[in-house]
Amino acid sequence: MANMLANIFGSSPVQPLEKHVDLAYSCAKQLTGFFTAAIAGEWDKATEIRSEIDRLEHAADDLKKEIRLHLPKSLFMPVPREDLLELLLVQDKIANRTKDVSGIVLGRKMLIPAAISEQFLEFVERNVDAAKQARKSVRELDELFTAGFRGAEVDLVSELIEELDRIETDTDDKQAALRAALFEIETTLNPVDAIFMYQVIETTGEIADMAERVGRRLELLLSH
Amino acid sequence: MEAGIVYITLAALFGIFMAWGIGANDVANAMATSVGSKALTIKQAILVAAVFEFLGAVLAGGEVTSTIRKGIVDSSLLGDSPELLIYGMLAALLAAGTWLLIASRNGWPVSTTHSIVGAIVGFAAVGIGMDAVQWGKVGTIVMSWVVSPLTSGFIAYLIYQTVQRLILQSEDPLAMAKRYVPVYIFLAAFTITLVTILKGLKHVGLTISLADSYLLAIGIAAAIAVFGSIVIQRIEPDPKVEKRQHFYTVERVFGVLMVVTACGMAFAHGSNDVANAIGPLAAVITVAQTGAISAKSSVPLWVLVIGGGGIVIGLATYGRHVIATVGKKITQLTPSRGFAAELAAATTIVIASGTGIPISTTHTLVGAVLGVGLARGIEAIDLRVVGRILVSWVVTIPAGAFLAILFFFIFKAVLP
Repeated sequence: MANMLANIFGSSPVQPLEKHVDLAYSCAKQLTGFFTAAIAGEWDKATEIRSEIDRLEHAADDLKKEIRLHLPKSLFMPVPREDLLELLLVQDKIANRTKDVSGIVLGRKMLIPAAISEQFLEFVERNVDAAKQARKSVRELDELFTAGFRGAEVDLVSELIEELDRIETDTDDKQAALRAALFEIETTLNPVDAIFMYQVIETTGEIADMAERVGRRLELLLSH
Repeated sequence: MEAGIVYITLAALFGIFMAWGIGANDVANAMATSVGSKALTIKQAILVAAVFEFLGAVLAGGEVTSTIRKGIVDSSLLGDSPELLIYGMLAALLAAGTWLLIASRNGWPVSTTHSIVGAIVGFAAVGIGMDAVQWGKVGTIVMSWVVSPLTSGFIAYLIYQTVQRLILQSEDPLAMAKRYVPVYIFLAAFTITLVTILKGLKHVGLTISLADSYLLAIGIAAAIAVFGSIVIQRIEPDPKVEKRQHFYTVERVFGVLMVVTACGMAFAHGSNDVANAIGPLAAVITVAQTGAISAKSSVPLWVLVIGGGGIVIGLATYGRHVIATVGKKITQLTPSRGFAAELAAATTIVIASGTGIPISTTHTLVGAVLGVGLARGIEAIDLRVVGRILVSWVVTIPAGAFLAILFFFIFKAVLP
């Protein structure tokens, strides 16, 4: 029997979106261990972590496709479907950048110059923090839906996003400092390695950029 | 009248079958929200549904049953050949039952009420004559099919808006929920009780004055609200779950309210939908027993009891599975949202039942859910399905009518 009541509900994107950001963060989180191993030259361990990153990125990708599949245009939702899809896209990019950067490092068995390794790890951790804060913000999505995107819950999420912005600014500062430090020693490096080192810093920094864009997307939802 | 026994037996069989079908399928809509939101377990839901569906059918089902029985067909035109009404009502029952079977096989969302009313209008217009249909009354009924989902949608929208403003958007939702939920409990209990007292008690032989009715309804509702608020005060937050879901405890408070609205919904459903099964049966009984069509007599209580009983059997045998399935699918209807939809729908339905208008309870509930959705309460509503419901709404009436005409002429040729 086709039940009228049951069928008028489309599948809610809220829980899946929260699950997706969990995956994206879990993926980004692996970078700390990955770079620690890489700096120590433990390539077996790095390879192991990299395959975990790969798995998580795939899982996030699959979930992204599934969410899209279940969000047809005929759905009537409190917020525009496009905004939710955009949010999903930037969440996914957190995992993508994680995979990219770990791919470059492992593929070239890159040695992070000892002079900047500690500074670099701090920078990575701060990017992971940004992803974590993005996850914390997105996890409020179900509460936002319950509260109809108004009232005290909106203030709470706004604060979370402000904190996310602060973390992102911090990663920008750290990125600039790191580049300056790399510039100081770049003549001592193999030119190709130096170029790739710059690229690794750039791509890692994009994780926080994407996290910040998650915040921007959430903010758009709040303004509806 | 030998044939009378045959007619009554046939009508009773068809009627009980319809009631069984209503209990098996439609009751799920009234109860599944409570199960889906874990306000009730399946067993509790079945118990609540059985009790309140039965009470609704027996106490407040009389008016709608009367409408189906004698409000659509103008029986004064049948003076010489009352058996035509018997053939027609049997045909209508069989037609509606068949159409519902076809529809559910194909997954079409059709309404029991629309089927039976379409069928009765069909046999009367073609089998007896266009004049035999009380078009004025039918017009009112059809209008109510448009008005009832809109009304319940509008009420649900308003209720959910107040829930958001007063509770969900506040700084301390839990404290606000504990303060205001008893008020909603009072409102829900008051509406249902008042309609029951005003419209239902005369069927069981009690008459109470209007002022006393209001006082009694206020008294009963207040008692339920006080009991509810005692239960609510005992709900303690669970900090571990709260951290992940801030509204967890708030929803548990609404869960108490949902138990009350679920009772109301089951009651409302019983009061309106029992008529679909036993209205034709009641018509057949009157004609077969007296050999004439009396417009005066009211619906015998035992017929309402048969209808209520049929619904409960349907619920117990098959409905529990449907409740479980539907409950899993409508988890978006959390207690804070589900209660708003149920209260709005139940209110609309009991008022319709009190005025004797057969409406589609499910459409009314769907309208209420859309109302909550418009108040930005539902995460995702599939508009394609809403469109399909509209289409089946329009198709069901001629389909029921056509089948009823077919069966009518078969019965006329075959039955004594």
